[in-house]
Amino acid sequence: MKTVFVTVGTTCFDDLIVSLTSDEVIQALIQRGYTDLVLQVGRGSNIPDAHSCPGLRLEVFRFKESIAENIQSADVVISHAGAGSCLEVLGTGKPLLVVINDKLMDNHQLELAKQLQADGHLLYCTCSTLAETLRNMDLSTLLPFQRGQPENFAQFMDKAVGFV
Amino acid sequence: MFVSAFCGVLCGAFLVVMLFLLRLITVLRTGAECKPAKKGSVCVLIVAGSGGHTTEVIRLMGSLSQSYTPRHYVIADTDKMSEEKIRTFEASKEKSSTQAQFTIHRIPRSREVRQSWSSSVLSTLYAQLYSLPLVFRLRPDMVLCNGPGTCIPLCTAGLLLGILGLKRVLLVYVESICRVESLSLSGKILYHFADYFFVQWKPLQAKYPKSIYIGRIV
Repeated sequence: MKTVFVTVGTTCFDDLIVSLTSDEVIQALIQRGYTDLVLQVGRGSNIPDAHSCPGLRLEVFRFKESIAENIQSADVVISHAGAGSCLEVLGTGKPLLVVINDKLMDNHQLELAKQLQADGHLLYCTCSTLAETLRNMDLSTLLPFQRGQPENFAQFMDKAVGFV
Repeated sequence: MFVSAFCGVLCGAFLVVMLFLLRLITVLRTGAECKPAKKGSVCVLIVAGSGGHTTEVIRLMGSLSQSYTPRHYVIADTDKMSEEKIRTFEASKEKSSTQAQFTIHRIPRSREVRQSWSSSVLSTLYAQLYSLPLVFRLRPDMVLCNGPGTCIPLCTAGLLLGILGLKRVLLVYVESICRVESLSLSGKILYHFADYFFVQWKPLQAKYPKSIYIGRIV
């Protein structure tokens, strides 16, 4: 069993769900050996039915209290560019492919995805390049992501306010 | 007669404005000397925005010791999720200390995501009406925020306490981790007023030399 987990967080990102259930993307996933596709569709209006992905077992849900389990049991995670989702996935060490919603105006979240790709922590693409990216990607080259260190902030502040 | 009275009023107004600006400059210069920890504890006002902002600010608070007490959290009144996150966080903190002290306050939201500029100004003024009495009552030693629009009226109130000579409030701003190349609107404004302004990516520090970069801190 090899699972792809897709999350759009609290947003609606119908274009991503449509792309994922397109023949081209399903073929790419099957070729890569994936057997299961789990979609978290958030506020989206497009809810694919169980038979829309021939060759893959499909599970769809809107929201869950926590998607940590889904991330844990996935072999690759495909996510929208939300900082919360990206950092949560990177924190678990799972390979991450971010799909940018290019219909969003003033999309500053692109900044984060770009930087994290430049640093080798994830891959990003758009809906239109998703199939191609899935065919060509090499997840083994991704580098682990170190979590931020709030203790450095605490140390700085202790000095600044006069505790030390 | 009328003309001289008018001139008098004008001169008076001019003097008040000049005095205000002079005080502002003085206050902005004294940040480094302000060491509220000398009295034993530091009272913090935390601006929790919504969603990702709240998660980030809670990670920052989680690193600070119990000497940062009491803690006053301010959330926008349209925010449903933050209160739960804060209560969960404070409950976990309580285990390690006998006297955890925190309060949660709500003020009108000053700016929704993608709200227009002109209406943002109006709603920020409205939020200001609630922020002033709140901050004047709480008199925190420091305000900690990381970008939601709600932090503008609260920081303004903190700054005003200093200008009026009532209390020097330290303004600590941590730009959200999602800002790699450009500051958020709140960041652009508070860059000029914050005593400690943190960014979490090097390219941003290069653009804003007054900012502090000590790596990713959330």
